[in-house]
Order: sequence, then C-alpha cells, then structure tokens
Amino acid sequence: MEIRGLSVSFRIGGQYFAAVDDLDLDIPEGETLAVMGESGCGKSSLAHSIIGLHDPSRTRVEGYIGYRGQNLLTLCEAELNKIRGGHIGMVFQDPASALNPLMRIGEQIAEPLMYHTSLTKTEREGRAAQLLRDVDMPRPEQTYWQYPHELSGGMCQRAVIASALVCRPALLIADEPTTALDVTVQARILELLRDIDASILLITHDPGVVAETADRVAVMYAGQIVETAPCAEIFANPLHPYTRSLLSAMPRGQDRLYVIPGAVPSLENMPRTGCRFGRRIARMPEDCHDDAPALREVSPGHYVRCSCHAVFELCHC
Amino acid sequence: MSLLEVRNLRVFYPVRSGVFGRITGCTKAVDDISFTLEPGQSVGLVGESGSGKSTTGRAILGLTHISGGQILFEGEDITRLAGRSRSAYRRGVQMIFQDTYSSLNPRKRVLDIIAEPLRNFERGTPAEERRRVHELLDTVGLDSSCACKYPREFSGGQRQRIGIARAIALRPKLIVADEPVSALDLSVQAQVLNYMQDIRRELGLAYLFISHDLNVVTHMCENIMVMHRARIVEAGSRHDIRHNPGHAYTRELIASIPGINVTGGAICAKHSCTAH
Ligand SMILES: Nc1ncnc2c1ncn2[C@@H]1O[C@H](COP(=O)(O)OP(=O)(O)OP(=O)(O)O)[C@@H](O)[C@H]1O
Ligand SMILES: Nc1ncnc2c1ncn2[C@@H]1O[C@H](COP(=O)(O)OP(=O)(O)OP(=O)(O)O)[C@@H](O)[C@H]1O
Ligand code: SF4
Ligand SMILES: [Mg+2]
Ligand SMILES: [Mg+2]
Repeated sequence: MEIRGLSVSFRIGGQYFAAVDDLDLDIPEGETLAVMGESGCGKSSLAHSIIGLHDPSRTRVEGYIGYRGQNLLTLCEAELNKIRGGHIGMVFQDPASALNPLMRIGEQIAEPLMYHTSLTKTEREGRAAQLLRDVDMPRPEQTYWQYPHELSGGMCQRAVIASALVCRPALLIADEPTTALDVTVQARILELLRDIDASILLITHDPGVVAETADRVAVMYAGQIVETAPCAEIFANPLHPYTRSLLSAMPRGQDRLYVIPGAVPSLENMPRTGCRFGRRIARMPEDCHDDAPALREVSPGHYVRCSCHAVFELCHC
Repeated sequence: MSLLEVRNLRVFYPVRSGVFGRITGCTKAVDDISFTLEPGQSVGLVGESGSGKSTTGRAILGLTHISGGQILFEGEDITRLAGRSRSAYRRGVQMIFQDTYSSLNPRKRVLDIIAEPLRNFERGTPAEERRRVHELLDTVGLDSSCACKYPREFSGGQRQRIGIARAIALRPKLIVADEPVSALDLSVQAQVLNYMQDIRRELGLAYLFISHDLNVVTHMCENIMVMHRARIVEAGSRHDIRHNPGHAYTRELIASIPGINVTGGAICAKHSCTAH
C-alpha cells in the first residue's frame, strides 16, 4: 500500500475543511505500521478513506491510494466491494456499531465468505467457528449463536476482529482494535495479529500496543504526520515535541499526569501558517510562527516535521 | 452507613442455542459478589473481558434485572425504592458508559444531551442552563461552540468527554464509570483522570471505576477488586494487588502489561508503581 498526497475534507457549513492534509504513507508487504496521535487528529478519517467509507456528498477525498498498483480512489463501487472485506479487512473503532444487531455473531462472521470465496456453507461455518476460537472468545460454540447485545464490550470487539480476518486479508486496517480488552486477552490478540501474514495499519492510542506489534510508527497531529520512525527508535529517541509530550502523559505512577496544554484544533480552526503544534507550547520558538515545517529525514528512516528539532529541549514545556 | 452495599449479587442470563434459539441453560454473568463502597471512596473493578464487570455496574444503576441478592444505596434497597427516594437515587448515581456511540442520542444536539439531566432534576432558565453546559464542556476540555453540534461530528474521544460532562452535570454521589477512558488518547485520558480526581476531592464523590487497564485503575483507586468468571477473586489495596497478587489471574494480568522503554530513564510501564 502506498499513499501519496492524501487529503480528506469534510463539509462544515458549506465549506470544506481538511481532516487529513497532504499525507504520504507506505505500508510495505507484511509489515505493521502504527499510527498514533491524540483524538481528532484524523486517524480514523485516514483509515476510512482507504476503504472508501466516506460519504461523498459531505466529504472530499483527494490524492492517491495505491494498493498493488491500482488507485483505490478511482475504482467504482463494485470493484471496491471486491477489495474491501476480501483483500482489505477492517476492524472498526466502535465494535458495537460495526456489528449487525439483528444477526447472530457466527453468521455475521461467515457472511463475507459468501461474497469473497467459493466455500460451501459448512466450510464457511467451520471457518467462522475456528476464528471465534482464534480470537480467544469465551464459550465460542455458544457465542456463535448469540446476538451482539448479549456480548460484553470486549467480546464484541473480538467478534469484529474475527470478521475482519475471516477472508484472510492481505491488508488489515485495525482502528483501536484492543481498547475494550484486558491486557491478557490483548496480548493474545496481538500475538494473533503478528502471526497472520498480512500488512497491518494499526491505529491506537496505546504506546504499549505499539511497542508490542509495530515495525514502524507514524505520529499524527492535526491531519499531518509529524514524526515517523522505526518502532524502537520512536520510544528510544522521540524527537518531535508532540511525540515527547504524548509519551509523557502515560500513567506511570506519577501523582499528577502530564496533560498537553490546549486541545487539537477543530477543523475550522486549523492554523493556516506556521507549526500546527507550536500553538500548544508555552515558549514557542519565534521563527516557528512563520513557515509550516516540512517532514525532514534526520537520520535514516527517521522523519520529523519540526523546523528546529535540534532545539526541541527548549520547545518542550 | 456505607454509601453502597452489594450483597450476594447474582445476574443470570438465559442462553439460547442453535438456529431455533431454544433456552438451553444460563450464563452466570455475575455470581454471588459482595462489596461495600464508602462515601468519597474510589474502588477499581478490573478483570478479564466478559467477567461481569459491566453487568455489575448496570445492576447498580438498575439497568438490568437482578437474579438474586441485594443492592443497598445509603441503606435502602434500590429495587424497592419509590417516589422521592427513587428520584434521589437516580440523581445520586450516574454512569459513564464504555460505548459512546449508542449511549449518546445521535439526533440531539450536545447542548440537549448534557442539559437533559439538568432539565429532569433542576429547573433553571434556558440562559442558566446554557451557562452550565458551557461550564461543563469547558471542564472536559471541549470548546463551547460544540454545544450546537451533533454527536456524529465528533471523534471517538471527544464523544466520551460529552458523556462525562453529562454524568457530572448533577454532581452525583456515586459515579459508576465503565471504561471511561479506554477510548481516549493519552493526553485526554490524563486530563479526564486528573479531572475525575479533582471533582472527587471537591464534591466527595465515590467511584466504582471499571477498567481493564491496571495502570489506570492503580492511578485512580486506593482499593482494587479483581473479577474473574463472574466472581470477585481478589480484593485489596492497590499496593497489595500490584506487589503481592494472590490469584493466578491477577498475576497473569500484571505480567501481561506491555513494557515499553521510553527515553529518560525510569519511564517503563512495568515499574509504574514506584510512587505508591
Ligand atoms: N463526518 C464528519 N463531519 C465533520 N467533521 C468530522 C467528521 N468526522 C470526523 N470529523 C472531524 O475530523 C477530525 C478528525 O476526526 P477522526 O475521527 O479522524 O479522528 P481520530 O484521530 O480518529 O480520533 P479518535 O482517536 O478520537 O477516534 C475531528 O476534528 C472530527 O471532529
Ligand atoms: N443481555 C445479555 N444477554 C445474555 N448474556 C449477556 C447479556 N449481557 C451480558 N451477557 C453475558 O454476561 C457476561 C458478562 O458480561 P459483561 O458485559 O458484564 O462483561 P465485562 O466484564 O464488562 O467484559 P468487557 O471487559 O469485555 O466489557 C458475558 O459472558 C456476556 O456474554
Ligand atoms: S520546535 Fe517549532 S516547529 Fe518544532 S514543534 Fe516546536 S513550534 Fe513546531
Ligand atoms: Mg478514530
Ligand atoms: Mg464491559
């Protein structure tokens, strides 16, 4: 998967505002790319654009999303349907609403197999039942026949993961796949994700999950990637003030948690000039007000969008 | 008198199986649990996914039937409340939900969602109401311009904060928080947790804090209960649970916390307890 110059804009009161702004991203075959960032930075908007989930009457998606050489943005609905659910699996951020409330769990998991494979009914049911076991569902035989409202939050989430994996996708887009799971189940799910040979775009708030699964990490702020580096590098040597602030907010036994001052700007209030993150820093370096910093490679494979990353100590409040 | 006393609570659901959905048994979602909560106390409920944590919370709010046992709020059995004491109970106990998509009405503006409990229990002028909503939005870190928008216009984390603003609108005595921060990013999580600590001190709130994240629960609660397969298998101070876990599940829980080494020395999730 290769993404170039992707912009996603939503219509708000007659005008379009970008939630994802001119973004480039590569997901090499078989690798896991984690996208981190605060709420409202455009992570889900990015994921939804890949599988064409945006409502075209309210949303504008521009750029190039290349999947094995074809641009997904120019495909028609029928061609897209073949790819999504089959080649590309998606785990949605909100498990409860991703499931059909009127359909039994097992049946919903088996359903995509009907469109994307030529398996018989028994084989489809067998594969769905097997996946329920793979995702560590408690009482899988019983759960097969239950409806979503009869499951706990974490069980719904596992059902959604099972249905994303059922067609053995080559690319899995997982939007916060483990937020409702306790760490013991999370550990088993992450192991399952490591074992399938698919490329994964993993969206998460949880640095622990990133550290366990990702090959590369991209940190997103206000619709842009502000830092990207191999996984170990980002934790050992975070350079962008935003990445450093984000990591300081983790509960690690401190009395009071560090909070990044201010909030992610809403789409209408996105700064038009200068550094987008700079406004949340108390002592912002003067020259950052003028030019929007570009993403620069500071060491092999480590890119930072900060015009003065050498003085980040100064900038970090 | 305890604020909340749960005695031998049981919640069973019928199990239907096969295509015809015949009842073939029952799921014991909560099987004989007892605990008490004092005013201003904050107790964490952690446990495996599907172990009955949300069911316990919903039972306390009266949102699910009870198969056995009792729930006493300020000494009164909540299943027998009527009239004025029922209304006091409904005002005194609020819930923050795990799933904001179905708990926020998509057809209502944020202003109306947050003002709804105020309208039910406090009769203020529209201007007072709006001022209060703006105050609440401000405390959860949202712009007051959000008041006129609809839930779908917000990201997952922003929606969770709307739910929190609604829960604290009436300054309740007990908040059952069911995974209140698991959908939030670290900075907003930090902000919400700090804020929940602040209002707790300020208003003498008690929390039943349901979460699967032991780091978050350790941060928030002095006492922790661990649930496993519908029962409470271990309860104790956060220090004991972290450092002397008795039950095998608790030990696994602690061992599975992903460790990360962030630059700057002792920043490691595994040793997060040094401050306690
Ligand atoms: N349908 C929509 N209409 C208008 N604005 C939207 C819409 N969907 C998202 N937005 C806005 O776009 C921005 C990015 O939202 P997005 O859902 O992509 O964030 P996110 O990074 O996934 O956050 P979270 O971690 O909370 O899920 C937010 O400011 C949000 O308010
Ligand atoms: N309405 C229902 N009908 C049938 N079974 C139910 C119902 N609600 C919950 N259950 C079952 O009760 C058990 C406990 O569910 P509960 O939601 O309390 O778990 P939980 O501890 O909150 O888990 P999670 O961490 O995944 O949210 C689960 O096995 C679930 O399938
Ligand atoms: S140093 Fe300047 S460019 Fe870098 S994040 Fe801070 S304000 Fe932005
Ligand atoms: Mg999202
Ligand atoms: Mg739950």
